Amino acid sequence: MSKSPNIFIPALGGTALVLGVAYGMSSRDYAANTIDGYKTRVAQVEAHASAAQEKAKSEAARADALETEIAEIQAAAAARPMDLTAAVPQSGAAYGLGRVALAEEIAAWDVDVLPDGRGLPEGQGDAFSGEEVFAEKCASCHGDFAEGVDNWPVLAGGFDTLADEDPVKTVGSYWPYLSTVWDYIHRSMPFGEAGTLTADETYAIVAYILYSNDLVEDDFVLSHENFAAFEMYNTKGFVVDDRPAQEYAQWRGEPCMEACKGEVEITMRSVFLVETPEVGTESVMNTGTLDGLPSFTAAGPSFIPVSTEAEPAHVVETAPEPAEEAAVEGDAALIAAGEKVFKKCKACHQVGASAKNRTGPHLNDLIGRTMGAVEGFKYSKVFAAAQADGRIWDEASLAEFLAKPKSYLKGTKMSFAGLKNEGDVKALTAYLKSVGE
Amino acid sequence: MDEMFKPSRRAFLRGSAAVAAGSVAGGAAAQTPDPLITELQDWASYTGAGVDETPYGLPISYESHVIRRNVEWLTASPISSINFTPIHALEGTITPQGCAFERHHSGAIEMRKEDYRLMINGLVDRPLVFSYADIERFPRENHVYFCECAANTGMEWAGAQLNGVQFTHGMIHNMEYTGVPLRTLLAEAGADVNLDKWVYVEGADASSNGRSIPMEKALDDVLVAFKANGEALRMEHGYPVRLVVPGWEGNMWVKWLRRIEVVDRAVESREETSKYTDVYADGTARKWTWVMDAKSVITAPSPQMPIAHGPGPMVISGLAWSGHGQITRVDVSRDGGVTWETARLGKQGDTKALTRFYLDIQWDGAPMLLQSRAMDETGYVQPSKDQLRAERGENAVYHNNCIQTWYVNEKGVAENVEVS
Repeated sequence: MSKSPNIFIPALGGTALVLGVAYGMSSRDYAANTIDGYKTRVAQVEAHASAAQEKAKSEAARADALETEIAEIQAAAAARPMDLTAAVPQSGAAYGLGRVALAEEIAAWDVDVLPDGRGLPEGQGDAFSGEEVFAEKCASCHGDFAEGVDNWPVLAGGFDTLADEDPVKTVGSYWPYLSTVWDYIHRSMPFGEAGTLTADETYAIVAYILYSNDLVEDDFVLSHENFAAFEMYNTKGFVVDDRPAQEYAQWRGEPCMEACKGEVEITMRSVFLVETPEVGTESVMNTGTLDGLPSFTAAGPSFIPVSTEAEPAHVVETAPEPAEEAAVEGDAALIAAGEKVFKKCKACHQVGASAKNRTGPHLNDLIGRTMGAVEGFKYSKVFAAAQADGRIWDEASLAEFLAKPKSYLKGTKMSFAGLKNEGDVKALTAYLKSVGE
Repeated sequence: MDEMFKPSRRAFLRGSAAVAAGSVAGGAAAQTPDPLITELQDWASYTGAGVDETPYGLPISYESHVIRRNVEWLTASPISSINFTPIHALEGTITPQGCAFERHHSGAIEMRKEDYRLMINGLVDRPLVFSYADIERFPRENHVYFCECAANTGMEWAGAQLNGVQFTHGMIHNMEYTGVPLRTLLAEAGADVNLDKWVYVEGADASSNGRSIPMEKALDDVLVAFKANGEALRMEHGYPVRLVVPGWEGNMWVKWLRRIEVVDRAVESREETSKYTDVYADGTARKWTWVMDAKSVITAPSPQMPIAHGPGPMVISGLAWSGHGQITRVDVSRDGGVTWETARLGKQGDTKALTRFYLDIQWDGAPMLLQSRAMDETGYVQPSKDQLRAERGENAVYHNNCIQTWYVNEKGVAENVEVS
């Protein structure tokens, strides 16, 4: 698409006008020199017009070229998705933000331990003393023999089960590096009291876990010096992700769209019917059999089952629960503070309508309740004795217990170190009273 | 309808009204006038709630069943556990934060922005500490990404187990994140970014969950994120700062991010050795299986979303995603995989983000075996459960991206099943 014709029009029109004027002048019989003058003038004007025409032509050509160029750029732009979301620059520019980390700060946080032992602090512990530490700090969840309580992780045994129908993945049978055990226990355990173990305690616990896996004798001493030399049972049991070679190559390409199978049958129905479970209800096992279900072909289902149920099932929409009664007795702020303190207990204890015994007994109606009396909870000997003596939880006994659990009831399985702050004890007591009401 | 042909003008008008109503509804005409229309309703007469009644709004009470749910017996304690996004009841692709699944190892912690510190140390020229305010001063980007737990669908390896897409596929959410590229922070500290190096990232909670990420990924698209869907991260998603590792398993998206250490090898932390490694039939395990392969599932109809309206026009709706990039196509089968139809995409998928797909059908009321099959930009086709099991056995736990089957019976009730 060119605009050239339009560009030429003004130049040609100008020439015609000049020629017209020249003709009019000659018809009035002016002197020849005057005519010659005009002739010269006409020649000049014509030359001028011709030059203008040439210029216009070249400008038109230039315009054409530019237009083509614009069209090309526009086409290229249209082919590319418009993207103004340029990524932040790759590197370089220092913004001067942040401050230099101090050595003490790095030491406090950089505690990870590498498989070659780098990062380990100096220290040691033996399996024999580890058993004691383990019994005190770990056994309430992992069991006295690292066998695991309830759903908590099993830490020992399971050797050579990894290819079985139900593999048992323990520290002994599965974990490839001892550093992982040390690192994890030291920084993340005990559950609910992370970061409280000393280096020596950690060495001892790790040694005991190795002992409970029959990997060492009970006099085995683990230290930063012999650590890196210890090879785990399943170190060679891992390969780096090989899906690209094993799977991606065979699962690429145009998939089948028609007659991909002859006949399709249902081979298994859902085991658990847990749709929209309500709080506290158990999952329902599916008793439905495969009988009475159609098979499928390209022509559709083999038959349409005749339903025996009267009504189509609907999703049970849980009705919105009525707002909880706002009236909370006692000091609401204190109770709220107590609820925060209770976070320290939540790993093991539950309260509220659906509270169950977990690692520790539920704490509903605690004040006024006989010690060691929650049904279905397996108490330590000291609590069983307290129950036999008819000892009652009141504010005073609870305060004393919470301040130093292990000295108030020596032998309790509760691994909690205690609440140092008296205000926390008061708040927690107020909270526990409020949930009991 | 005979009435329609009677000569009286009145009857004629009545008749045509009935025809009009019938054609709109496509079914039976209303027998009696609808009181919701003919009677003055309270909401049309009395005034409603004023502004500020709920300064931060929750969904209307009628939607109170659309919530995260937990399957209690799956884990030992709700403090170290997981719950599931109600994907059966959501549409589009963005997951509202309030119902996006949670996975904690030592519970969700409450940390003030003022108490937040992020340390970068290890193989760096300048070990640095950033405050939350510092993070907000770096150039930031916005991206929508899915976050899927590696154990999503993990219960289903040995057979059809949980009866609801919320429970089989609900360990996933999809949000728009605002954050600073990790490479910016690495550059700020003068990190050694040779590709044989790793970054070890760690959380501030009691579990101090830590993972090793190869430098190539760290320099690519990893974000240090502080907003999701336009607002601050929720406590349960790592407020005030979490890591976003696009396309890779959710466990690596460390919440309450407190430390980034540049190291010369993988740390081999608990979460990358004893967990999040995939045991195969012969007892060996794959490690470093970071990428979430292409996957899709029909969210409605599904066990929690039966067809309530009977035969006629309806929409089959589902989600597809791939950790390798964009979803390019989704096929749907109504006969258990004999015949496939290509579904319509709600909109062209973003890379490493959820893509919505639809198949608009006329349901004839016959039972269906519904399946969906995703393809991504690498040409990868989502495998069947049998294909996966043939490769990996039944004890891998993680990375189950199999084709899911729902049996929909003649009444529209759907159930999780396996097929031949």
